[in-house]
Amino acid sequence: MSQSLRPYLQCVRSSLTAALSLSNFASQASERHNVPEIEAASSPEVILNPLTVSRNENERVYIEPSINSVRISIKIKQADEIEHILVHKFTRFLTQRAESFYILRRKPVKGYDITFLITNFHTEEMLKHKLVDFIIQFMEEVDKEISEMKLFLNARARFVAESFLTPFD
Amino acid sequence: MSGPEVHHLFHHPIADHSFSADRQTLAVARENNVDLFHKTGSEYKLEDELTGHDKTVTGVDIAPNSGKIVTCSQDRNAYVWEPSPQGWKPTLVLLRINRAATCVRWAPSETKFAVGSGARLIPVCYFEEEDNWWVSKHIKKPIRSTVTCVAWHPNSVLLAAGSTDGHARVLSSFVKNVDERPEPSAWGERLPFNTVCGEYLNSTAGWVHSVAFSPSGNALAFASHDSTLTVVYPSGPEQAPRAILSVSTQVLPFMSLIWSSEAEIVAAGYNCEAFRLQGDESGWQLAGSLESKSRPGLTDQREESALNMFRQMDLKGKSGTDDTKLKTVHQNTINTIRSFEESGSGVTKISSTGVDGRVVIWSL
Repeated sequence: MSQSLRPYLQCVRSSLTAALSLSNFASQASERHNVPEIEAASSPEVILNPLTVSRNENERVYIEPSINSVRISIKIKQADEIEHILVHKFTRFLTQRAESFYILRRKPVKGYDITFLITNFHTEEMLKHKLVDFIIQFMEEVDKEISEMKLFLNARARFVAESFLTPFD
Repeated sequence: MSGPEVHHLFHHPIADHSFSADRQTLAVARENNVDLFHKTGSEYKLEDELTGHDKTVTGVDIAPNSGKIVTCSQDRNAYVWEPSPQGWKPTLVLLRINRAATCVRWAPSETKFAVGSGARLIPVCYFEEEDNWWVSKHIKKPIRSTVTCVAWHPNSVLLAAGSTDGHARVLSSFVKNVDERPEPSAWGERLPFNTVCGEYLNSTAGWVHSVAFSPSGNALAFASHDSTLTVVYPSGPEQAPRAILSVSTQVLPFMSLIWSSEAEIVAAGYNCEAFRLQGDESGWQLAGSLESKSRPGLTDQREESALNMFRQMDLKGKSGTDDTKLKTVHQNTINTIRSFEESGSGVTKISSTGVDGRVVIWSL
């Protein structure tokens, strides 16, 4: 782990732990409904101030807490065009399977690559500290994953180019 | 001091719980039902289920003397359950609210109860003999958001309510022909229905999760989402309070609090453990956790042998210690704490329930 990654992840971890203090809260706008307040945004008093934790201009986390739900958006590092395409494909792959991921939001928040939506029902069903661990681990792994894919893609491109150009040798 | 008594009832969140006066029956709110457990030996066995609500039950309270159970739910209804030879008989309460009910508490006199609601009002319900049903009177003014908690003053007229607009309020719920005229207190002398006796806000106006009057009724404590606990000492009617003391803590917010004596508060919440706070009018401070961190059973788990480590790697494919289990007794947020046993000097035992489905009885 690089020197600047550790404090960044530590900061995200403690912010998330605090933000995940969720309780069961029925909607005060519509009768017999219980919806994530951060999505409904119908009562401003139950939504807290959003928070951005950023490592540099390309990598940041946006945490939007409310009384019964938290939205966590992650901007994944994209250094060049290839990484941009890879991140897009990777997050698309995940969000299309959002149902099986429980806490994944179908659509990322504008300006971010992937968004998680954690409600009080998730924190009731799952262990809160493990949910935090999961998000931290995801952030750690995703960079590694993308750079691995990029290396693989470059190697493959070189191989394809070589075999394409052999006849003209 | 003996260790806490832990009863793991099920794997569902417990929104609220209540013990009967003899501590033999335990009512817990579980999803859309209320489960009644009876103590057999040292365990609590499921005895009965109160079904009738069709959304999450948010509050349950057993009246200590009459044994009546009141429940409320997010389906906007409240029922009063009375024991009868055929089992528990529900009576619907006319709450006249159009949003979820969030909490319910019997007044110490047991002639009425208050229900917190998302409709920005508090129905105070009492039994009307003529029509033979429970009717309600609404406390409407100055509440601007969901009422999250209610607590009664020992005189059964004053009611404290916390709300998500960040205010803790002391209101009068005097109902003619039901209540006797209360003794004048520091909160007020004349108390017609819906008198606002006090309205308190802490510095950041976090949502209030819990309120409670001190045993004498002369002080009010409330816990809010900014991890503070505020104690208010009133000086007299229509006057600024003598002291408002706010304790900001480094722990996660408290969800529930009770006064164990005039000088001690026990509060618990998102940290999954209960904390003691001590003080008086000159100041309050956090006095530490109720749990001793060196519980037996946890220490031997921490002593990891090399054999154990390799066994873990072999069987489960992972190295390092198992950090799934928290070090606290409760494994998730504590929602409610209540007094379990009282002696002359104050509360000696408390019970706590939380999202993890455990009921724990602590001796103070």
